[in-house]
Amino acid sequence: MRIAVLSGKGGTGKTLVSVNLAAVADGSTYIDCDIEEPNGHLFFKPEILDVAEVTVGIPQVDRDLCDGCRQCVEFCRFNALAYTTELMVFDEICHSCGGCGLVCPQNALTEVSKSIGQVRKGKSERVTVYTGQLNIGEASGVPIIKKLLDEDYSGASGLTIIDSPPGSACNVMETVEGADYCILVAEPTLFGVHNFSMVHELVELFGKPLGAVLNKCLDGEENPAELFCADKGIKVLARIPFDPDLGRINSNAEIVVRKDGKYRELFSTLLETVLREAVLRETGHSGEAAAESREAEPAGDPQCKPATEGGES
Amino acid sequence: MIIAIPVDKKAADSAVCASFGRAPYFMIFDTNTKESVFLDNAAAAGPGGAGIKAAQTVIDHKAEAVLAPRVGGNAADVLEAAGVKIYQTTAGSAAENLEAFAAGDLALLQDVHPGFRSGGGR
Repeated sequence: MRIAVLSGKGGTGKTLVSVNLAAVADGSTYIDCDIEEPNGHLFFKPEILDVAEVTVGIPQVDRDLCDGCRQCVEFCRFNALAYTTELMVFDEICHSCGGCGLVCPQNALTEVSKSIGQVRKGKSERVTVYTGQLNIGEASGVPIIKKLLDEDYSGASGLTIIDSPPGSACNVMETVEGADYCILVAEPTLFGVHNFSMVHELVELFGKPLGAVLNKCLDGEENPAELFCADKGIKVLARIPFDPDLGRINSNAEIVVRKDGKYRELFSTLLETVLREAVLRETGHSGEAAAESREAEPAGDPQCKPATEGGES
Repeated sequence: MIIAIPVDKKAADSAVCASFGRAPYFMIFDTNTKESVFLDNAAAAGPGGAGIKAAQTVIDHKAEAVLAPRVGGNAADVLEAAGVKIYQTTAGSAAENLEAFAAGDLALLQDVHPGFRSGGGR
């Protein structure tokens, strides 16, 4: 079972929810896919067991073969190539699509390997912790997320919590695509709800079952995230209060469920709810394959769209 | 000599555009014939690498000098590789800067900014 935790807006509480769900479960896997600024490891402080480089292919030109036809320059939609008196390659702009090599009539372009970051595996009590880290200045972290989510790398069995990147772009699509269930974390701000609505639309596009966790809830005040969920028929899985004690524990990079019984209870209940919801969506309609759970949208949901293959970048 | 200037509008009295890679148009001026043409900058709306593509456009039109207030690192690399000199503009229109250039009043651009090479990944 793979559960992705998303939010749209950064700072909403993805890592809080992901880390504590993984910690409250017995023997789970936590994968930090926020590869531009991974911070789950600050809470788990895992003992590192394995580190691997992630590489991509970058074009290299054989200047004896290149005749300056510039078909590669015309082809590159990222503008990573220029032709002056010879071909210039801008590694940091290149998205490693390999298209330039395919269109070159002279076979003057070959790929050389370039490291764009790392994946690390570690252990914190009974949680296996995977972290991806993209090198500063690189164009895309998708290859690192693909590596983290590769079942040959991070395992195919057991409960896996995927801490997604913020936003709703390629990196996020990669984490949604591999998930059996999506938890959307919302905060009670208009900005938060705006970005939440974008990531909600994305998850619906993939046809994944989803539910919301409302974070930073204030007593007696109108919550725009709650209103949005009611309007869209999104199930609210849990409400986390705006609590200075929680904030203090979290700011000290401590895992709340390992410190506070009240929150241990809250996240245990959340985990049970999520697992029940996820299984309901599977068995209720199509039996087993997560890919088929896209048919399992609640009846009467006009937002349900067919899932698309995609999100490559 | 052919000179390229990033401009906000397709007119000689247009202001010089603050951005090189994302300028909407380029004014290409021929000092021999005193004629100018205006090009649409196809790089302006692209997701990334705008400076590289804009520099390619400029060198494809045989420009030997660029007049601009600032130029990013990638664009400067392409222009330099093609032997194009970059001169820093001062306040005023494209036409006024051409006059200043002809009078020898424009200096070579010293500081190349590192660019905005996020590539539109988010």
